[in-house]
Amino acid sequence: MSNFLNFPIIPVGASTFAEKVDPLFYLLTLMSTVLTVGIFMGIVIMAAVFRKKPGVDRPSQALHAPILELTWTIIPTIVGLGLFVWGAVLFDDYIKVPEGALQIDVIAKQWMWKVQHENGMREVNDLHIPVGRPVKLTMMSQDVLHNYAVPAMRVKQDVIPGRYTSLWFEPTKTGAFPMFCSEYCGTEHSLMGGTVYVMEPQAYNEWLAGGPKVSPQEAGRFLFEEKLGCVTCHTGVSGARGPDLKEVFGHAVKLADGSSVTADEEYLRESIMEPAKRIVATFTPLMPNFANQLNDEDVANLIAYIKSLTEEEVVEVETGAPAP
Amino acid sequence: MAVVADRQIIHETEIRPRHYLNVNHSFWSWFFTTDHKRIAMLYLGTITVFFLMGGVFALLFRLELMTPEGDLFQADTYNRFFTLHGVLMIFFFLVPSIPATLGNFLLPIMVGCRDLAFPKVNLASYWIFVFAGMFGVGMLASGGVDTGWTFYAPLSTHYSNTSVFMAAMAAFFAGFASILTGVNFIVTVHKMRAPGLTWFRLPLFVWAQYATGIIMMLGTPVIAITLFLVALERVWGVGIFDPAHGGDPVLFQHMFWFYSHPAVYIMILPGFGVISEVIACFSRNKIFGYHFIAFSSLAIAVLGFFVWGHHMFIAGQSVYTGVVFSLITMLVAVPSAIKVFNWTATFYGGNVTLESPMLYAIGFMGLFTVGGLTGLFLAAMGMDVPLHDTYFVVAHFHYVMVGGMVMAFMAGLHFWWPKMTGRMYPEFIAKFNAVIVFLGFNATFFPQFILGWLGMPRRYHAYPEEWQVLNVMSTAGATILGFGFTLAIAYFIWSLFYGERAGNNPWGAKGLEWTIESPPTTHNFHHIPTVTEDPYNYTGREEVNVQQ
Repeated sequence: MSNFLNFPIIPVGASTFAEKVDPLFYLLTLMSTVLTVGIFMGIVIMAAVFRKKPGVDRPSQALHAPILELTWTIIPTIVGLGLFVWGAVLFDDYIKVPEGALQIDVIAKQWMWKVQHENGMREVNDLHIPVGRPVKLTMMSQDVLHNYAVPAMRVKQDVIPGRYTSLWFEPTKTGAFPMFCSEYCGTEHSLMGGTVYVMEPQAYNEWLAGGPKVSPQEAGRFLFEEKLGCVTCHTGVSGARGPDLKEVFGHAVKLADGSSVTADEEYLRESIMEPAKRIVATFTPLMPNFANQLNDEDVANLIAYIKSLTEEEVVEVETGAPAP
Repeated sequence: MAVVADRQIIHETEIRPRHYLNVNHSFWSWFFTTDHKRIAMLYLGTITVFFLMGGVFALLFRLELMTPEGDLFQADTYNRFFTLHGVLMIFFFLVPSIPATLGNFLLPIMVGCRDLAFPKVNLASYWIFVFAGMFGVGMLASGGVDTGWTFYAPLSTHYSNTSVFMAAMAAFFAGFASILTGVNFIVTVHKMRAPGLTWFRLPLFVWAQYATGIIMMLGTPVIAITLFLVALERVWGVGIFDPAHGGDPVLFQHMFWFYSHPAVYIMILPGFGVISEVIACFSRNKIFGYHFIAFSSLAIAVLGFFVWGHHMFIAGQSVYTGVVFSLITMLVAVPSAIKVFNWTATFYGGNVTLESPMLYAIGFMGLFTVGGLTGLFLAAMGMDVPLHDTYFVVAHFHYVMVGGMVMAFMAGLHFWWPKMTGRMYPEFIAKFNAVIVFLGFNATFFPQFILGWLGMPRRYHAYPEEWQVLNVMSTAGATILGFGFTLAIAYFIWSLFYGERAGNNPWGAKGLEWTIESPPTTHNFHHIPTVTEDPYNYTGREEVNVQQ
């Protein structure tokens, strides 16, 4: 019964850790319920039995019940020590990575997760992994503290700037499982999540070999809007600090020196790497050089994105590429 | 003390008795008083304002959490609300709550003297608290702060654009108020006990305040240093916690929790003291295991300094360190468990009545038990991994801090209100309210245990849809809880003007405070009392309203 009145009360378990941790959780829950109810019943019963009654005068007494006191000292101590051992043994599982685990790198920054697989395959926020094989994530943050948490896998680990931390788990079920940032990291903390896709090994291999790669336009949009924040100046609104990039590609652009140029790939690339060279009329040269920050792939993606902001037929004419 | 005792203070025999409240009405006589009772009342008024502010922020973000989308407030606003709720409630309400109000008022009376050892230091403590509060208000006025009350670096030292400096200074100065209170309590208990009042005749409330004083004195300087370093890094760029400047963010957490875990005991130990008094009184019985409860307060005060690492099992601290912290945490849980058993056993063979303070105390025992037991989940290292930083933790510490501490504070306020003001509040409404607060509390925080086990992370502005029902329950509960606290404040204020006169000892309670007038005179005792019997020497017979 994982649902009660149509909403979940028991989380999905999809890793070997769920099988190990859940029994302890439910045992502790049972113990807590029994003790709480027991103590509360004890109070209610004694409050009733020893209630103040007219004509009854029980003198105040310093009770001594050494056996009782020893019992309620020794049993909680043993229970506490038992829990300590159980918890420590479980934790040992959490830190001992089995041999042959799939190695995946994760970089966290406000407010996204960048994931890179062994073969160089990259993804953002999501994680694709095969079922039935241990996976080890090696993680670092570029700014503040973050935390990589997948409730269905029962794993969670702080991600720290300037030092590597890691976690591992072995998924036992295929499916899509939500992942959350669990260490408060600023404005969009609650949106810094993604999905862990656990796939059959065959499907995973296909995916890894190049399956649904991120399209260049999408990668460019990400650079433009999120990673580089170009959008903060190129807002597309009149009066913004940077020119509107809609309907730019393939069109003539008037420059500050009075001349004019057609906005082709070459001009766009130059305007990204060394923007001050040929400034658009009425704009001031505020934009920094990105020559040292971007590799060729990034620039290509950005250009693909800027192209996608322009009507299709122009793109076709200028590049000869098939329509997207 | 003997000198003072010999020189009897002459009292006017007027028709209208002079007591500490009406002895002088001038502004100066209140705000620059050295009377521990007046300072307690000043503190009570001030922390009530902070409590209400903290409560309003809580209600606002609970409203946001009614829907899965972040639609009512922007993310930045939401983040400020939960941060302000935490900062105000922890540093400006919970830490000073019982020590600065009930402790200030009762400790000198319970040890049988006329004031605390350093009355002017006590006044200084209040004004430092107000000064800190002004930083708090300044921080609010300049847009608040959004780092979470934990001020984790490097978010706090570098990335946040909010008033972190003001917030850190507010907590920094509030700490000094706390240190002065602690020192005052320790000296008073050591040096100013009345003749015959041996250590083991002290009420357990005094033992608890004494143990709290030790933690305040030893722990608070560490948070002051930590916050100072945050300010140093934030304002002058000195690299201490931010790795980009050569610092270590995990170091911040070690320093922060070195204070902030013992601070949990600063908050809860005084509550233990209140509960011991209330349960003994309304059971009309000697407290079960007096020596154990007295010593366990001290043991908790000491051991509480060696468990801070249990906040950091998955924060990047060494595994071996984690193992040691987990073990000590399990051991420190044992004395708390035994205390609950002792309080329960105190009912045995007593003459139990269920007045409103007792109802709050019983509520405390139930909720604190749940809070303590759920702490075991988090102290077991492997179990902590899925629960860490989820709503399970939020529920756990609210069961301890609100279900434990605030319930104890309510029990204590209801118990000593007649002594402090000389007036009774409407008892029936108070009993009804105890039930309301208990139910509202559970409705608010119990669903959060389930949310936490489902994996809902803390400090989330938006969340997946399937968690909405539990969040709506929680918000509904918060509304009930808010109503309960508002009602309590309303009838307490009403009672100041219209309440029945209380008499010296409306509950038939034992203890020096019940032998003097309600409200007490400025100097508490006409003669310094000589104590000849053990505490809680209840006989079962009615002893109501013994006039001096």
